[in-house]
Amino acid sequence: MRYLPHSEADRQHMRAVIGISRTDELFGAVPDTLRLGDAVDLPGHKSEIEVDRYMRALAAKNRTAGEGPFFVGAGAYRHHVPATVDHLIQRSEFLTAYTPYQPEISQGTLQTLFEFQTQVAHLTGMEVANASMYDGSTALAEAALMAQRLTRRDKLVVSGGVHPHYRDVLATYVEPDDGLSLMPTDVAAGEDLIAGVDDQTAAIIVQTPDFFGHLRDVKSLADAAHAQGALLIVCVTEVISLGLLEAPGALGADIVVAEGQSLGNPLTFGGPYVGLLATRNAFVRQMPGRVCGETLDARGRRGFVLTLSTREQHIRREKATSNICTNSGLCALAFTIHLSLLGEQGLFRLAKLNHKLARNLSGRLAAIPGVELLNKTFFNEFTLRLSRPAAAIVDALAEHGVLAGVPASRLLPNESSVENLLTVAVTETSVEADFDAYVSALTEVLK
Amino acid sequence: MSLNTQGRPTAIENVDTSGQVGGAALLPDEPLLFEIGGPDHSGVDLDDIEIDDAFLGGQKRETPLDLPGLTEPEAMRHYVRLSRLNYSIDAGLYPLGSCTMKHNPRLNEKAARLPGFADIHPLQPVSTVQGALELMGELAHWLMVLTNTNAVALSPKAGAHGELCGMMAIHAAHRANGQDHRDVVLVPESAHGTNPATAAFLGYKVKPIPAAGDGTVRAADVEAALGPDVAAIMLTNPNTVGLFEPEIRKIADAVHAAGAYFYCDGANFNAIMGVVRPGDLGIDAMHINLHKTFSTPHGGGGPGAGPVVLSEALAPFAPVPFVRKTDEGFELVEHGEGSESFGRMTAFHGQMGMYVRALTYMLSHGGDGLRQAAKDAVLNANYIKARIKDRFSMPFGSQHCMHEVLCDDSFLNGTGVTTLDFAKAMIDEGYHPMTMYFPLVVHGAMLIEPTESESLPSLDAFADALIRLADAAKEGDAERFTNAPQTAPRARLDETAAARKPVLKWTRSSDA
Repeated sequence: MRYLPHSEADRQHMRAVIGISRTDELFGAVPDTLRLGDAVDLPGHKSEIEVDRYMRALAAKNRTAGEGPFFVGAGAYRHHVPATVDHLIQRSEFLTAYTPYQPEISQGTLQTLFEFQTQVAHLTGMEVANASMYDGSTALAEAALMAQRLTRRDKLVVSGGVHPHYRDVLATYVEPDDGLSLMPTDVAAGEDLIAGVDDQTAAIIVQTPDFFGHLRDVKSLADAAHAQGALLIVCVTEVISLGLLEAPGALGADIVVAEGQSLGNPLTFGGPYVGLLATRNAFVRQMPGRVCGETLDARGRRGFVLTLSTREQHIRREKATSNICTNSGLCALAFTIHLSLLGEQGLFRLAKLNHKLARNLSGRLAAIPGVELLNKTFFNEFTLRLSRPAAAIVDALAEHGVLAGVPASRLLPNESSVENLLTVAVTETSVEADFDAYVSALTEVLK
Repeated sequence: MSLNTQGRPTAIENVDTSGQVGGAALLPDEPLLFEIGGPDHSGVDLDDIEIDDAFLGGQKRETPLDLPGLTEPEAMRHYVRLSRLNYSIDAGLYPLGSCTMKHNPRLNEKAARLPGFADIHPLQPVSTVQGALELMGELAHWLMVLTNTNAVALSPKAGAHGELCGMMAIHAAHRANGQDHRDVVLVPESAHGTNPATAAFLGYKVKPIPAAGDGTVRAADVEAALGPDVAAIMLTNPNTVGLFEPEIRKIADAVHAAGAYFYCDGANFNAIMGVVRPGDLGIDAMHINLHKTFSTPHGGGGPGAGPVVLSEALAPFAPVPFVRKTDEGFELVEHGEGSESFGRMTAFHGQMGMYVRALTYMLSHGGDGLRQAAKDAVLNANYIKARIKDRFSMPFGSQHCMHEVLCDDSFLNGTGVTTLDFAKAMIDEGYHPMTMYFPLVVHGAMLIEPTESESLPSLDAFADALIRLADAAKEGDAERFTNAPQTAPRARLDETAAARKPVLKWTRSSDA
């Protein structure tokens, strides 16, 4: 077996040193009846060439985003990632290092985490960020619990524009008895979130751009929350939008969470992604997850360490702020490298390009009979109301080679009001010919 | 022809080389991105286009981004230089107990980057991702066969997330059975910190179970703690002191007889895969760290994946989404309405990138190779134990261990050297330290897990280094330890100062 270095002679020598004649003797603590015989009911080992062939065959059964016109978003976005990013994250020293618990020989990981935290803080307009969460949805759930701890209140007023799967994850982490108040699905950003806020409210939770693409008025929500002593949690699922839109922190947000996948990380069918969580300095000791901090070494040189670990499970055990341990280190590194390649100039230009292309396509699609644009505002994703149920239209368009977007009914199967809605995402990876194909296919299918 | 024909002096003068291995050219100090980048530097070529604000609702950004950029050569150099400050499994033995730092085959990376896996969207029409669903089904099959269980929830994003998933399934099962009042979870003192943290996260009271003198949990102690208020036990097997729990089947039976469920922490599955099936031990739920046992690289702290295998009793409560095979192909069940599923743990379908790597690893090994890997992992740990046992103190005696060796610090008594000092001195010997001060049940614990990836010469060199250090400590060379590391990019860092006055992001010195 190519991954196992021992020869039989090596094993024999080792057994002699240990003082046993068979390796099975080492499993003596396992009762005989619980030990498997020699047979494991699985195929035998395979050569690299055989495994490579098998995996390629499986991969070939999937239709990749890059094969043709592609407009699927709803919380995961196809952006161009510079080739440098994947090269750098595959450096052995980044790829195959463990969590940096020994800072003297982990400064590479630690310094990039410090850069990541700084970038996230600047991007969100917050004072401090952690070293990553699993993804945007779990970051949001952790932020909700953090707000409950900070305010010692339970009620969470959750906007109907929050990504339905994020709302589902919230409902898994926080039970209705524990204060979760989910507003009805809000396709037109018309809900009155402020009316639900009272002196028992821990936080308002709002997503912007929301699931249907609308930009939400963060400032007025922040003011209303603060007037009741509650916090405002802002969730962003398309982080590129922050290149063009005002930072939530500048509008009064207390905790900002985001899905960071758009920077540096491929779609990969939903994971691994990278959750961002940023907040105010005053709240840092209730923040979940790892944090990297600056310090000095014994010779007075700057260096970085994991810090504030008295919040964490390996020290605090049942009193920890969260049970999170492994996070998304390598995805955070990809995020940081991509964002440093963009810089503020590149990010601003990229965001403008996304918006311009989305404006262009939305105008062309809305001109098709039977198609109505729902949005008065959006960044790079918008919602169309079609004359017929969107799920069947998406399947028909896939037959035409166009992956047209996400039918809202896929995420909200029991809500007839969304049956005809289609969310459409446009990024810099699309070209004019993709738009032409979409417009002609949709025109055809809706005839 | 020599390059140095001009007689240029090659001796190093007036250069402080202390703390440098290979000199400054190989281990550079590297400034922060924010100290070298510029607002108009960029490693991407994008035109500065004009847009109108009609659809921006007056929310255009006014706060400066303040994100310096790097051109491509600058970025390459910055991150390559930073990478050189890291230890890694590719470069050396990484004996972290409980972490299973094994070799990461590059075939796994290649497979994960196939566009058919990397460039597919979680919400594409299901008909366009049949290969991805087939892969998830295949991975689930391998996990269920290796554990002899009926179901697996793939979506948890890491071990601790898997624990949460398993305990949520247990919570949901009790609720469905009218057993809501059960509010206690039994956790042995030797458990990973994530176990009590998970139980507390769900509102359970944590009741610790002591370990017996030999480091294992006695069925009698569990029985004494069981009662009508107990919802579950969370037990690691092999346990965190590196031993197989010999009474595990009795414990499982007692737990079930008391109406509770058995959560097994599968962090140490590497020791027994293909040798023992956890389902045969009576477990109800167990997470499997794909990033430990099935070789996804740790990436400096993730991403990982923590699928949870479930017994028949818990399977109905598994989270969405999951894959189901039908006559027409594979379907993805994304909604739990009408079922007993406890809900959803993450926005999409879990860690596909890790699934590809894990399945690639499994197919490469086959059932026979996985079994051999487990046996080699255990053999390697026992070999290290045999080589060092005369110099180190082993709290639970001479019994064989599983895949990790536990020492306490009594062999350092009177030397002035602590476990921390010893660990830091290993860096100067060329090694990443072992896990220290865990498990908590042992004073000054040192937990060594060599994994199956190390060759015999590598194990011998490592054992020699451990022996050399133990001898040096006993010979009174305390300074070698208390001043260590001397050869790393940094000397010991002031962690107290870092926590007392946290500096968690870069600020311009003029802002400070």
